[in-house]
Amino acid sequence: MNAAFRPSRRNFLKTTALAGGGLTIGFVLPAASRLAQAATEFKPNAYLRIAPDNRITVMCGLSEMGQGVLTAIPMLVAEELDADWTRVRVEQAGVDRAFNNPIFGMQATGGSTSVRGHWEPMRKAGAAAREMLVAAAAATWKADPADCRTEKGMVIHKSGKKLSYGKLAAKAAGQPVPEKPTLKDPKSFKILGRGLRRLDTPAKVNGSAKFGLDVRLPGMLIAVMARPPVPGGKAASVDDSKAKAIQGVRQVIQLPQGVAVLADGYWQAKQGRDALEIKWDDGPNGGLSSAGVTKMLTDATTQEGKVGRNEGDVGAASAAKALEAVYEAPYLAHACMEPMNCTAWVKPDGVEIWVGTQSQGPSQGILSQVASVDPGKVKVNTMYLGGGFGRRFAPDFTIDATLLSKMSGKPVKLVYTREDDMRAYFYRPASVTRFRGGLDAGGKPVSFSARVASPSIMAGSGFMEIPPNGVDSLAVEGVEDLPYDIPNLRVEYARQEPGVQVWFWRSVGHSQNIFFSESFVDEMAHAAGQDPYEFRRDLLGKQPRYKGALELAAQKAGWGRPLPKGVHRGIAVAQSFGSYVAEVAEVSVGSDGQVKVHRVVAAVDCGRTVNPTIIQRQIESAIVFGLTAALYGKITFKDGKVEQGNFDSYPMLRMSEMPKVEVHIVPSTEAPSGIGEPGLPAAAPAVTNAIFAATGKRIRRLPIDPTELKKA
Amino acid sequence: MLSLTVNGKTIKVDIAPDTPILWVLRDALGMTGTKFGCGIALCGACTVHLDGAAIRSCVTPVSAAAGKKITTIEAMSAGKVGKAVQAAWIKHDVPQCGYCQSGQIMSATALLAGNAKPSDADIDAAMSGNLCRCGTYNQIRAAIHDAAAHLKA
Repeated sequence: MNAAFRPSRRNFLKTTALAGGGLTIGFVLPAASRLAQAATEFKPNAYLRIAPDNRITVMCGLSEMGQGVLTAIPMLVAEELDADWTRVRVEQAGVDRAFNNPIFGMQATGGSTSVRGHWEPMRKAGAAAREMLVAAAAATWKADPADCRTEKGMVIHKSGKKLSYGKLAAKAAGQPVPEKPTLKDPKSFKILGRGLRRLDTPAKVNGSAKFGLDVRLPGMLIAVMARPPVPGGKAASVDDSKAKAIQGVRQVIQLPQGVAVLADGYWQAKQGRDALEIKWDDGPNGGLSSAGVTKMLTDATTQEGKVGRNEGDVGAASAAKALEAVYEAPYLAHACMEPMNCTAWVKPDGVEIWVGTQSQGPSQGILSQVASVDPGKVKVNTMYLGGGFGRRFAPDFTIDATLLSKMSGKPVKLVYTREDDMRAYFYRPASVTRFRGGLDAGGKPVSFSARVASPSIMAGSGFMEIPPNGVDSLAVEGVEDLPYDIPNLRVEYARQEPGVQVWFWRSVGHSQNIFFSESFVDEMAHAAGQDPYEFRRDLLGKQPRYKGALELAAQKAGWGRPLPKGVHRGIAVAQSFGSYVAEVAEVSVGSDGQVKVHRVVAAVDCGRTVNPTIIQRQIESAIVFGLTAALYGKITFKDGKVEQGNFDSYPMLRMSEMPKVEVHIVPSTEAPSGIGEPGLPAAAPAVTNAIFAATGKRIRRLPIDPTELKKA
Repeated sequence: MLSLTVNGKTIKVDIAPDTPILWVLRDALGMTGTKFGCGIALCGACTVHLDGAAIRSCVTPVSAAAGKKITTIEAMSAGKVGKAVQAAWIKHDVPQCGYCQSGQIMSATALLAGNAKPSDADIDAAMSGNLCRCGTYNQIRAAIHDAAAHLKA
């Protein structure tokens, strides 16, 4: 999801006068879709409404999954509009090409693209509206627009005369739309760069925020599904007599993906589902085991792969000291707090769904095929997402809910139990990487090679393709782009498909690859007899943004200064989604091998800041996500079945384990880059590098196994 | 017919007595502020108060609420402690995705109702049953301390 941002060349504006005399304005971005998103009828659309009572409503087509987009997007518009922030509201938009994510070319939220993709278009929307309001005021006063300025929702003439945006709205709608609205000099920003409170907080503390699971429709049935326990399996025979005998159970429907019980409520549907007697045909994956996956991937690292990067000649490089190590990471589930769900209603004239989704645009096209209707007849109501992390980009729950509504003739809310959610695949890929490194006599690295073996997200996604060089960039990101100045460098990818659907998981390939590469670089530092921070720093001379983040994190963490007895530091640095993050973890290891993370100090360079508080919180959030993966996360298979099901077997970091976290922001005038994911990759290696400092034991496999660290 | 007291109101529902309180609230009564996360009392998203004590409504049959008072997130602003906790949550801008926060607030309110000045260890003990996948624990801790200080003042 690292497609380069290509600003649209032919943005154009449309305005319409609202019935209430307000001003709406919208840029319509051309649909440069690389994905199968069905074309829809053009409808004038709006990012912005100004009501006569001065209320400003920003329409947001992106999904709020905790990352703060329903605050950041309005801030972008409000800044250039010179709006009174206290009067700004935000509404969730439906599906329209006007809301296509400029980086994806479709309406979808992910890849930490929201602010970097909308940084310019949303500010232009605000700036254009501001210029039209000024023109309307100048016309009213028969004055020169150059003699008018704007402040907090007012146009003010040099004479002191003032008109509010609300009063000017109707007249502004008749003004010509500026083709190239002038954007502010960032030095004069009043809203951007401030840690303003999130607009969605009040609804999230009183229970009124509506998530997908909270949708209720008259006559709606709740569906819970039995799915094959082995990937690729199917129901060979179904006896639903016991399920149908349960009070409140209305229908049992068999789909290709499983058997659904539809009932008046969740509890009845779940009891009905549990009462189904199904014989499963396991298909080709009945023998799938995690030991087999590890062997398959590890074996692949001994064979030559497809070459992703090749500089110098790693074979010819002469090294005084050679290192080799094999690293491994497991499949992982997203485990969003809100289990997957979707409410669908297939009516004679179209489909309407209510869902927490990251991919409204593609959903429209997919569901139009599922329900055999025109894409324009698929209405998507985006609800709050109880976590996304990539999982809600997938269409499984929207497709099944739509099929169940179509077949039952009723509105249907399909709900995954926690176990269903955890066993629905769409996992972060398991991966094994073999590294070789060489140091010269002075301890300077002369060669670095990596062979990554993992299944391909691109190939399995249904909307991406592996590039012609055969290297899935999502499988190697974080290794392939190693930033260190090493003359001979080679990275290969050996694709292996054990048979499990893999998917985008917060920070995607970086989530495991930065653990691999930043651990191996740490090994090289220790082999060279050098300080792991200084070793990295010396190799980042050509990478000022990496170096800047690394130095700030080290400085704020007090790198080199004494720590309490038993506490040790580890450091790691990563770039992902355009942002540079370094983290220092302070860790102790008990005699029982239990790892305690006391503090994590992070430094982030994500370009200009839109909302520094949200930035700090997202980095902290991603660190917790990364720590959970490092300490606990694994999805394993035995006899084809997933061994984990709920939070007992797939634990999360809890309050009592939460370290102190400090997040420092590197001042920057670069354009904003991603923030929802970049805090994650460095967390695991910062911790495992600290474990090495504490114990001399190198963790090469996640999650960390305390029995390996237990004192003999 | 079961007679229940929910947020001070007496309500009659026609539902099997072994139905968990969570699904009575959400499906029968349409009160969706209380969330479903795990179904087996491991995540705390479903936390409500039963006679003031924090319980996991996903595993508590509605029959256990007979003669007792159920209080949910929807009524938190009606009580002094709940109001202070919600205000502290807003001040510290605690929620991210927000899905677990009803449960967090219910646990925090029960803690503060019984312990006017909780220590960090008290917070760990009372709050470690409430998972937050977004990792807002440090903000939750700060908000609890802040609400305690506010209630004392």
